[in-house]
Parts: sequence; structure tokens; C-alpha cells
Amino acid sequence: MARDTGIIGKIVRVSGPLVVASGMSGARMFDVVRVGEKRVIGEIIELRGDTASVQVYEETSGIGPGEPVVSTGVPLSVELGPGLISSIFDGIQRPLNVIQSIAGDYVTRGIDVPGLDRERKWHFVPAVKPGDTVASGDVLGTVQETPLVVHKIMVPPGIDHATVAEIKEGDFTVEEIVAVLHAGGQKKLLTMMQRWPVRVPRPVREKLPPEEQLVTGQRVIDAFFPIAKGGTACVPGPFGSGKTVIQHQLAKWSDAQIIVFVGCGERGNEMTDVLLEFPELTDPRSGRPLMERTVLVANTSNMPVAAREASIYTGITLAEYFRDMGYSVALMADSTSRWAEALREISGRLEEMPGEEGYPAYLGSRLAEFYERAGRVVALGSDRSEGALSVIGAVSPPGGDLSEPVTQATLRIVKVFWGLDDRLAARKHFPAINWLTSYSLYTDRLDSYFRKALGNDFPEMRDEAMAILQQEAELQEIVRLVGVDALGGRDRMILETAKSIREDFLYQSAFHDVDTYCSQTKMYGILEVILMRHHRAMEAIEAGADLEPILEDPVKEKIARARVTPEEEWPKLHDEIVAAIRSGFSAKTRAVS
Amino acid sequence: MPLEYTTISQISGPLIMVEQVREVHFDELVEVETQTGEIRRGRVLEAQEGRALVQLFEGTAGLDVSRSKVRFLGRVLEIPVSRDMLGRIFDGAGRPIDGGPRIVPEKRLDISGSPINPYARAYPSEFIQTGISAIDCMNPLVRGQKLPIFSGAGLPHAAMAAQIARQATVLGSEEPFAVVFGAMGITFEEADYFMSDFRRTGALDRAVLFVNLANDPVIERIATPRMALTVAEYLAFELGMHVLVILTDMTNYAEALREVSAARKEVPGRRGYPGYMYTDLATMYERAGRIKGKKGSITQIPILTMPEDDKTHPIPDLTGYITEGQIILSRDLHKKGIYPPVNVSISLSRLKDKGIGKGKTREDHADVLNQLSDAYDRGKEARELAVVLGEAALTPTDRLFLKFADEFERRFIKQGPNENRPIEKTLDIGWELMAMLPRAELKRLSDRNIEKYMPKRQVAADDWS
Repeated sequence: MARDTGIIGKIVRVSGPLVVASGMSGARMFDVVRVGEKRVIGEIIELRGDTASVQVYEETSGIGPGEPVVSTGVPLSVELGPGLISSIFDGIQRPLNVIQSIAGDYVTRGIDVPGLDRERKWHFVPAVKPGDTVASGDVLGTVQETPLVVHKIMVPPGIDHATVAEIKEGDFTVEEIVAVLHAGGQKKLLTMMQRWPVRVPRPVREKLPPEEQLVTGQRVIDAFFPIAKGGTACVPGPFGSGKTVIQHQLAKWSDAQIIVFVGCGERGNEMTDVLLEFPELTDPRSGRPLMERTVLVANTSNMPVAAREASIYTGITLAEYFRDMGYSVALMADSTSRWAEALREISGRLEEMPGEEGYPAYLGSRLAEFYERAGRVVALGSDRSEGALSVIGAVSPPGGDLSEPVTQATLRIVKVFWGLDDRLAARKHFPAINWLTSYSLYTDRLDSYFRKALGNDFPEMRDEAMAILQQEAELQEIVRLVGVDALGGRDRMILETAKSIREDFLYQSAFHDVDTYCSQTKMYGILEVILMRHHRAMEAIEAGADLEPILEDPVKEKIARARVTPEEEWPKLHDEIVAAIRSGFSAKTRAVS
Repeated sequence: MPLEYTTISQISGPLIMVEQVREVHFDELVEVETQTGEIRRGRVLEAQEGRALVQLFEGTAGLDVSRSKVRFLGRVLEIPVSRDMLGRIFDGAGRPIDGGPRIVPEKRLDISGSPINPYARAYPSEFIQTGISAIDCMNPLVRGQKLPIFSGAGLPHAAMAAQIARQATVLGSEEPFAVVFGAMGITFEEADYFMSDFRRTGALDRAVLFVNLANDPVIERIATPRMALTVAEYLAFELGMHVLVILTDMTNYAEALREVSAARKEVPGRRGYPGYMYTDLATMYERAGRIKGKKGSITQIPILTMPEDDKTHPIPDLTGYITEGQIILSRDLHKKGIYPPVNVSISLSRLKDKGIGKGKTREDHADVLNQLSDAYDRGKEARELAVVLGEAALTPTDRLFLKFADEFERRFIKQGPNENRPIEKTLDIGWELMAMLPRAELKRLSDRNIEKYMPKRQVAADDWS
């Protein structure tokens, strides 16, 4: 993107990440510019006459009025092609490992490195032959990028009808020509790399409503507040409530084929953690290292603030590209609040009229535009392959106060709300998703899917468990006032079952080797036995049995072990529990009657 | 010799506007000479064609519009660094105040530093023993972590910080930490407490102190922590030392930041603090860490006093979002006479899992941590219940937990300000306390660990009183 347009302006003002330049007539909004003698990267965000306001993606100290600003004439774009998977990029798609080899341990300024490796050769296998007719989105050929990911090389958008003139198998770099097309009398030379402006959604043939679940292996999410493939979710919570752990868990275990993880204005050590951990962890479905399906975008909190603003667009454009290949992609953005703060900082320096809490008035529409890039789609290609892009954004509300603008603007858009609760976190209940306030608007849509995939009665089981938890909340009010002894047997059993649901089902340790991921079958099974015990106990109580022996029945120890029982031993334990509930409880009922 | 300007057009709070300037750069260092010949330093906040907005670190008192001379130095604010800085005391602007000789610099470094490339970071995993049970067992600190202390007015955070600075070692290496101490706007008495404590214990020889007192220029506080961190980076990543950085009090820092923001008439964020405070704090806190292939490390313990003990106030709130956990002090415990008054239920060390266990502390550490924290929470619940319903209404088990909570505070959390408890001792006390609870309630302990570490004689609850 270094092609200069000849538009050279002069800096008239520098204020933090904002630079104003005059003499920029001819420049276009959102074009990338090079600022100052050091040629740091920036983007035009406002034009007034021949004056352009530029947000600069690097540190601006030492830059002063009089220095040149050169427009490149292209908007901020990312490079799409083989080499994305397993990479870690900064907010404007510069590979951090390459930056390290050039600049050392610190990120310094004016480093110009391409997003994709120019040296590496990839083995390209054609999927079409000369004479075939192709259009945008059609797969020209494939590259086995990692053992997990087949990278499909597609005809870039904007070519309606073309004939393949030449195409060959072989090892190529991303800049070498792999195919020649004839389109409308013109020759198109195609490489394996395309460029796409990050602020423009990539085109699709059609958008579809989501109907399949994104399985995350986290019980509270999968059972109570599911997210659909192609859906959107947000995780707001105060610090220390486990937002990042949830994001990491979803990146690790959700059954998307590609994961894009955007660390937006968060801790440096967290990205290091991901970098060290993901190559070690294996995907439960394929047995391969998780890193082989993951792309990381890292703009930590101490990196330049404008690049933070760009980082979520960079991330989602990469995700859309894989979606277009027909993959199910999940994007995690941690945290969208930092993105919004970057927006606020730039807006403040532009001296725009502020909206709520200093955020610009367009905060809501920008967030909506971002989340709307999620969805289940039919890709452009003529094989009509379906892809899905799910977006999960963390929100960091100041003081945990959900009434603040970023949370509220997000809630208006997303369909799933996992509200993290400080009090649950303090009680070491993780994931600290509050079951009383959280919701998923996909529940109804996914019910038929649940009935097929899990069991015909699952939606009813879930509703019953929720009802028990709801009752617990009411009963606890009473207990707080008059003590637990004032309750009758039925009510005490409800408290007991609610406790079991909380501790044996909803609680899930991200750091326990077994518990960190729970299969759908096991999830169903645990809830099933908890409710079975409840029903049996209630029947017994109805029949006049004493509560104490029921509460002390050793079957509850077995249920408590379910969480940490490996998947392969689970069926056995499940049968034991079912047998114990049947025999044990009925024996007691008989003893009384 | 740089050009001298006598074209100040406006002085407002800590800011001056200089007109008709040429060749100014953003963030550039500025010197202002008052008519009495005094030199003050500042930096360019905004560079425009022909004018510059300058923030003065030492304040604008005594400055006049017509006769003050302004020089733009063409470089950013730098600090001379050297190995000889160990054992020395500086003011908040980096000038020696201990009567010692001038520092002969080995290097001059930009105080803003540069962000560490996340790819170059090594993950912190070496356990630091502070000798304080509430930290070592319940919220373990590791090398390269940033773990703030959230305190309140009148709570003994200074004593705790001094104790950590004295006692912190890494098990197995026994090499002491170098301590870099940055004080922002604290009182003379508090600063003196640290200085004399460091002198008394010999810690001063391996410490560098930057002291900006409460009556020193407010805006200087914006530079003080950055100077401290720049020296820390030099000691850690160029000289290979393990450095513990203590910054106190971050609340005063944030207030200085607000003052500058208000003087610039920026749109305020929550409670008048600037919207960029998160980023600004992050550029300091994120300077903690370890780097692959480098021997040294920077561990940060920033201290802040929460206004009205409110952790949702923007200063603790934004800090908590950046740092890797927080140690929260409790006024209730303090009133009960418990030192250190750490509220272990709401304190958190995010990096604990990587720093504890076999080969690092002891195999039973995680079990003990979880069980103690569980049991203590349950004891506290019982305590609340006892307040409402009376102790007689509690079940026998709940009464045991209540007893446990009291003993936990009295024997485990409480310790002397000079008591350096090894981690084994801490864990053993934990086991002794857990022995007073019924075996069936100790669900977080593995059978193997119980077999190995549980005191054989089950101590009856009555034996404690």
C-alpha cells in the first residue's frame, strides 16, 4: 500500500494521536497516510476544505508542524491469503514476531512490514481448469495451510464472469501469479493474496437466520444461554469477574472451525498466555493444537490508541474472509469498551460535540455496524457454500455499572447477554454468569435443534432448572429473614436441588483438566440426574418421607463427582447414579409408607 | 543553542501558550527561564503551526508573560541512568536530594518508554515469597506481575509496602530484589517512614527512591512514576536485576492528570477524570513484566487509596482492569486490630495458578488456598447470620465455621510487621486451622494431601480458645 498519490500536505497541528494537515486537497476519507519524516502510519478521519484530520496508529512524539503528510490513496486494508493462521498481528496487521526480529523487544515506530510473509512458499492445488467459467467467490484452488485448515483461494469480489485462461499446481509465494483469468476482454492476473479495506464488510450472496448452536463446552452457556453459529453475544462484567477467562474458554473449546481473537486494549501478559497456551492445548474434536485454527490480533493497552480503534475491524475482516470460504468462524473481541474509549479519545481531540459520558454520538451506530457483520451467510461463490461468523464481545463497564453507554449500546444489538456478577465471583462461583439476569434470544430458535441433538425433553429440563433457581432466589429472601428451619420439606428440597444445580452443573472450572470442557451428552446427563434426584425426592416428601435421609443420601457425592469425571468414564457413573436414585430413594419411600 | 522565545501569550494553571514558534515537536522537552533565572521544565502538549501549548512540571507560580524565556530542546524528557543510582534518593524530577554526588550517566533514556512487544514477553511464573501469609498463600505474587494494593485513608498500606520491599525473595534464588520506589504527593512523614525503614534495614543500598512530596509541584507527579519505571527497566533489562517497583500513591497521580485535563478544557469522563486515563495508566502498569531471553524482571506494586473505600471509583476501577489482580485492604479488619488487614475474599492474584504448586511452592498450595478461602467465606456467612438470628440459631457445623473464620483472621492473616513467614509455615498454619473443621466439609482437599499434611491430632474447636 506504499504507492504514493502525489498528495503531500503539511502538518499544522499535533495533539497526541491526532494530526491535522493542510494542503490535502484530493485526499479521501479513511485513506491511509504517512505522517512526518518518520513516515508513521495514519488514517484520514475528517476533511474540511483542504485540511485533513488524521488519526495516527503510532506514537507521535517528536513530530511537529511543517513536516509532510503523504496520502497513499488507499483505505486501511488487510492482506488476505495463506499465512494468516497461527499468526499474531498488531491492530493494523503487522506481524508482531516480525516486528520483534526487526526492532527487538519493544514496539518502536515507523516499522513497515507486510501482513503476510513474502518469502514463504505454499503448495497450491487448483480446483478449476483452464476454460472453466468462474465469478467472485469461486474457489480457484486450495492450500493446506495447517493440518486443520484448508485455505481456499477465491476469486476476489468484483469479477462477475470470467474464464480461466491459465492455472497451475505448484509452490508459490503469495505474490506469485497462480491463475490468469479473462474477464470482459481483460486479462486478470491473480495471486493467492487479496486486499480488503477493513471498514467495509465483505460482500455475501445472502444472509440467513442462524439455526445451529455454537457449542462451547461451557455448561451454563450451552444449556441456559446458548449462542447460535452466526450469532452475537456480549459479556459485560466488572474487573475480576472472569471476562477474559470466558473469552479464552470460548476461543479454546467452541466448535467453530476458525477462531479470531482480538485483544483490544487489554493486558500484554494475557496475549502471552494465549501464545504459550494455545499451541499446547488440543482441539477436542480433531486432536490438533488449537493454534492451528487461531488468528490473534493484539493491541495491548499500552500500544497506540488509534491502532486499538482499528484492531477490531482488522480482526473482523480476517474473520469474514474465512467465513467466505464456507467456514464457521468465531471472533472474540476483548474488550469492546477499550475500543469505545479509543473512539472517545479521538473524538475528543477532534473537538466533536460529546454524547453520553463523553462518548461520541455515533458510538451506538458504530457498534451496530460492527456486530452486524456477524451472521450466517451464503457466500458469493457459485457453489453457494454456507459460512457463519459469530461475534462475542467483552464489555468492561466502569465500576461494573451496566447502565453506562457502551454496555447499553451493545445490549441493543446483541442477542445473547452473559452478565457477569461480582458477588458470584467473590463467592468463587465461575463462570460468574448470573443466571437470573442473563438471557439468550436464540433459545427458542434453537429448541428444535436441541430436541434433535440432545434429547427431546431438553428444553423442558432447562426450563425446570431455571424455575428452581428462580424459586431459590425467592426462598433465600425468606431464609435471610427467618432462618432455614422455617421452611417446609418441599421448599428445603428446592434449595437443595438449586444448590446442586449451581455447584454441580453451573459451576465449571476452567483450570481443571476434565471440567474445562463438557460434551453435550455429559451436560445433558448431569442435568438429567440432578432433576431425577429432585423428582424422586419430591415424590418421597409428598409421600411423607423425612427430609434428612434424603439430603444425606450418598448419591449426591456421586453427582458432585460428575463434573470432574472424564468423558469416557461418564456413562458408567451416569448409570450408577441413575440406579442409586431409583433404588435408594424408593427404598426410603417404602420404609416410611 | 536553541532559539529563545519571549512570546508567552497565556498562562493558565500548569499550562502556557507560546506564540510565533518555529520547529516545535509534540512531546518535546521545554525549558522556561523565569525573570529570576530559575529554570523550569515542561513538555509540549500540543504543537500547532506557530504556537505551542506547554505543560510545566514545576508549576507556573511566579511566571510572567513578557519576560520569561522559553527554549524548545528538540528532545523528549529523558532521565540519565546509571548503576550508581542504587542507594540514592531523588526528587520527583530526578534531581538528587540526599546530598550525594551528581549521577554520571551511562545512558539517557526517554521516560515514556516503549510498549513491550507481546510476542517478546515471557509469562510470569516464579513465585515471590513476601513473608505475608495473606499474600503468599491466598494471593500469590509472581515475578513480572503488577499487583496493586487498594487501600483507604488511614489504613497501613505503607507498612505493608515496606514489609514487602524488605522481605520479598524468590524461593531457591534468595537473591534480593532491587527496589525502585516512586512516591507521588505523599506527606513528608510517610516518605520519611520509607526512607528510614530502608536505611534501618539496609534495603536502601539496593533501592532507588524518587520522592515527590505533597507540597512539591503537582504536575511533576506525572513524570515521577515514569522516571522510576525507566530506571527500573534499565536495572532489569540491561543490568539483569529483579526489580520491585512500588508506586505510591496513584490516587495523587490521577489527580494531577485530572488537573492538566481540566486546564486544557477537555471533555471529562467519569468524575472529571480524563477519558484517556485508562490508556495513560496502562502505559505505566504495562511496563511490568519479563522479556524472553532477558534475566531481569519488573514486578510492580502500585498503591492507591480508594476515595471513600469505594472500589468502583474510577482510579481503582481502571487500575483493576489493567493490573493482574488486586490486594484490597479492609477497614473492618483494621479496626479489629488485624495487620495486615487484607480482605482475602475480594482480593485476587490473576497469575496465581502459574506460580504455585509442586516445585514452586508446595504441592498442596492450590488445595489449601481453595479450601481456606471457601471455609472463610462460609464462616463469614455464618457470622452475618449470627448477627441477624443470634449465634444460637446456627447449626453446629455453621458454628464451627464461624469459629474457623475468627481463628483464620487471628492466626493466619494476622502477623507482625517484621514477621517473615516462610510459605511452608503459612501452609502449615492453614492445615492446623482446617483441622478444626469436620473432614466431610473439606471438599477441596485431595485425599493424598490430607494424608500427608493434615495434623494427626484432630484439634477440637475448644482447644483454640
